Amino acid sequence: MTAKRSPGRQVLLQGNEAVVEGALAAGCLFFAGYPITPATEISEVMSYRLPAVDGTFIQMEDEIASLGAVIGASLAGVKSMTATSGPGFSLMQENLGFACVAEVPCVVVNVMRGGPSTGLPTNVSQGDVMQSRWGTHGDHPIIVLAASTTQDCFSLTLRAFNLSEKYRTPVILLLDEVVAHTREKIYLPHPDEIEVIDRIRPNMPPDWYIPYEDNSRGVPPMSPFGEGYRYHVTGLVHDVRGFPTQRSEEIVGFMNRLFRKINQNFFDIQQIGEEMIEDAELVVMAYGSVSRSARRAVREARERGIKAGLVQLISLWPFPRQAVEPILRQVRAVLVPELNMGQMSREIKRVNQGQTRIETLNRIDGSLIGPNEILTRLLRM
Amino acid sequence: MAEATKLIHKYLRHDKKFPHVWCPGCGNGILLGSLIRGIDRTGIEKDDIVIVSGIGCSGRLSVYVDFNTVHTTHGRALTFATGIKLANPKLNVIVIMGDGDATAIGGNHFIHAARRNLDLTAIVVNNNIYGMTGGQYSPTTPYGAMAATSLYGNIEHAFSIAELAVMAGAGMVSRGTVYHAAMLDDLIEKAILRRGFAVVEVMSHCHVQYGRRNKMGDAVDMLRLQKESAVRAEKAAQMSEQEMRGRFTIGVLADREMPVYTEEYEKVRKAAKEMMDGGRKAEGEEAKAQGKRRKRENEGQARHAEI
Amino acid sequence: MQRYEIRLSGSGGQGLIFAGIVLAEAAGIHDGKFVCQTQSYGPESRGGASKAEVVISDEEIDYPKSVKPDLLLAMNQKSCDSYFFDLKPRGILVVDSTFVRQLPTTRATSIPFTLLAREKLGKEIGANIIALGAIAVLSGVVSLKSLEAALTNRVPKGSEDFNRKALKIGIEAARDAMKQKAGIEEYEDSSDQ
Repeated sequence: MTAKRSPGRQVLLQGNEAVVEGALAAGCLFFAGYPITPATEISEVMSYRLPAVDGTFIQMEDEIASLGAVIGASLAGVKSMTATSGPGFSLMQENLGFACVAEVPCVVVNVMRGGPSTGLPTNVSQGDVMQSRWGTHGDHPIIVLAASTTQDCFSLTLRAFNLSEKYRTPVILLLDEVVAHTREKIYLPHPDEIEVIDRIRPNMPPDWYIPYEDNSRGVPPMSPFGEGYRYHVTGLVHDVRGFPTQRSEEIVGFMNRLFRKINQNFFDIQQIGEEMIEDAELVVMAYGSVSRSARRAVREARERGIKAGLVQLISLWPFPRQAVEPILRQVRAVLVPELNMGQMSREIKRVNQGQTRIETLNRIDGSLIGPNEILTRLLRM
Repeated sequence: MAEATKLIHKYLRHDKKFPHVWCPGCGNGILLGSLIRGIDRTGIEKDDIVIVSGIGCSGRLSVYVDFNTVHTTHGRALTFATGIKLANPKLNVIVIMGDGDATAIGGNHFIHAARRNLDLTAIVVNNNIYGMTGGQYSPTTPYGAMAATSLYGNIEHAFSIAELAVMAGAGMVSRGTVYHAAMLDDLIEKAILRRGFAVVEVMSHCHVQYGRRNKMGDAVDMLRLQKESAVRAEKAAQMSEQEMRGRFTIGVLADREMPVYTEEYEKVRKAAKEMMDGGRKAEGEEAKAQGKRRKRENEGQARHAEI
Repeated sequence: MQRYEIRLSGSGGQGLIFAGIVLAEAAGIHDGKFVCQTQSYGPESRGGASKAEVVISDEEIDYPKSVKPDLLLAMNQKSCDSYFFDLKPRGILVVDSTFVRQLPTTRATSIPFTLLAREKLGKEIGANIIALGAIAVLSGVVSLKSLEAALTNRVPKGSEDFNRKALKIGIEAARDAMKQKAGIEEYEDSSDQ
């Protein structure tokens, strides 16, 4: 008997390179970007991979233009993405809001580096967690995922595209400098092994097409330009036909649907990882590269007889409240280590509502929090 | 049915409630007329046309016309248009911008779109002012003019949009006015049919925000001024600098055959495929490609510039 | 095998990150182990401090960077001084004696990688590969066959022989150094009796 041969392949890749593989696996055929450390490798690899599969890479004049072009390409029916880091992500915020309101699927990868401003270009940080949630102005729902390994970079980029297409919304994938530049052996699955989701297209006659019609999914079908369904796309608040409106009932109807399409599908979006949670008394809640330090710290704590566990947050926004709440109630105390002054811990504290002791461990010097720092804190808790 | 009525029925959106947002006497209405006449003459199907507009009075144009339309963020219309055109080069993409839209907040995109010579039509409506926000000075407000933010007279100097486009490398550049409507139909038709980046600067007026502040009379007076100031390109070539003072040239100002971006990109695709696929057959090429890539990795991981 | 951590340090342009990638590919793809390769770097492409790390394990790797290196390669004095204190007790210190003149411990293995490259290869550019060969022998965490396969697969076509030769020089230099060390240790041992 021969062992079943795996159809995919093992490769040594950097996180940024794995993002490209994930995007191509998802069917991404358009990339627009502007060089910025530590996200540049994504542009570089896209620039020689995309044209070979009849896709398009373009280096735009800035990050504002990059996301503009990505939205345009998506309107023309092509799965599109861009990648950047803090300063560029700041520039993208206005067009990100456009993609939310006009419901244009697209993926934005933000490789977090030290900030604010030019900050620490070659150093790791997790300072953009709140910006990814609230960066663009006005109330809006958004989906944000955080990768912690090179394998994650592949699978979460694929997932980001799938969620984006399914819910017609921009999806932000947060990497950090460590995740982006770590090379690891990862498994690249064969196309038959993965799920790829495409936006639902209209199949009614063009005259019947109501581009922003409410339906039970909360997600209207989307037609690419040039296929007979001529419609209007705008960043203004619009009625079901896509035309600007200032009528109260139309504004409320539109905004409610925008939130509803994410809220009613919360369980499809929510994603966390758990390790040794069942009997845990102390839990570390972490995401991105820090969750790897936390994993090691928790294992070492167990070796010393401490009942520690790990919750890795994978979907950051919407915050995975339903999954996290029961754990908060079960444990004695929670430690939230992160590479900022306490952005995710703030949300965890809000969800916790003062019930369980929550401690923070913050580092903003451009270095990764090490396992020992977390272990030391666990020993004292 | 009158020809004009037929065009209105064919190209304006029945389901969009008129009247439009523009003030009585505004040049945008004339431009809208020229746009649909120009498009009609090209014979291109409505499904194959995308109108992309920015923010401002002219930006509202996209909502009224029955094409694939996008009303984008302020200044970014050309970036959206770039993505649309590259994703589906069969689409004819026409971008409508105002002077503030194209040369202030979107100035960077304007020069780079021209430089790339991507096959787009860019119509820039120049009324020398930010009209929608209430008459603040724009990059084309003349020196000394009054505006809501230059009550002591504008101390900045105006851009010439058409000349800027020529210098930046646009394939075709022309200038018209809303007074010379028949000529404008013609310029827009030519620009749409021209392969490459084709700019039409449309000299218009804002009697409400600009004319009123600068004692230039009503819409009719300002249209008359366009008639008197505009000099056809052929005639302007024979006039001295002295004679041209206070006037501007209309007509086709530049028309150059240059490589179009999408065609250039086809070459990139061909080269990429040869390197990836062909390389697998004749191993050398791929190894060379990988060698280059690996050499880069060897040299260092990222380009570290602090950008 | 439990987690084994290697840190390669020196200055930018010495090819340490490339060496790290080859080592990771040899251990990960060819030997089938779990690997993590990370690096830190300054804004400059040449001349700044450069550090590459490789973690090799039979189990899935949690923390991707090295906590306490089992082996430290220092290609210049500054990196030797900076990182020696991080080394695990009884960890292996390997220095390029072309540049490292002050050894922090007598247990260090000194091999003049750059000098060897200059003399035997005719250019300094192969020093990183010579060091790679030496590390493989001294650590024993990667098979030499895998290392050669990963190396020839990663280098530009036409330079395989040059790199193979460099690797061999490193392997031999490390074996010589080990023999010499073994001799000394034997001598020390006998003096204790």
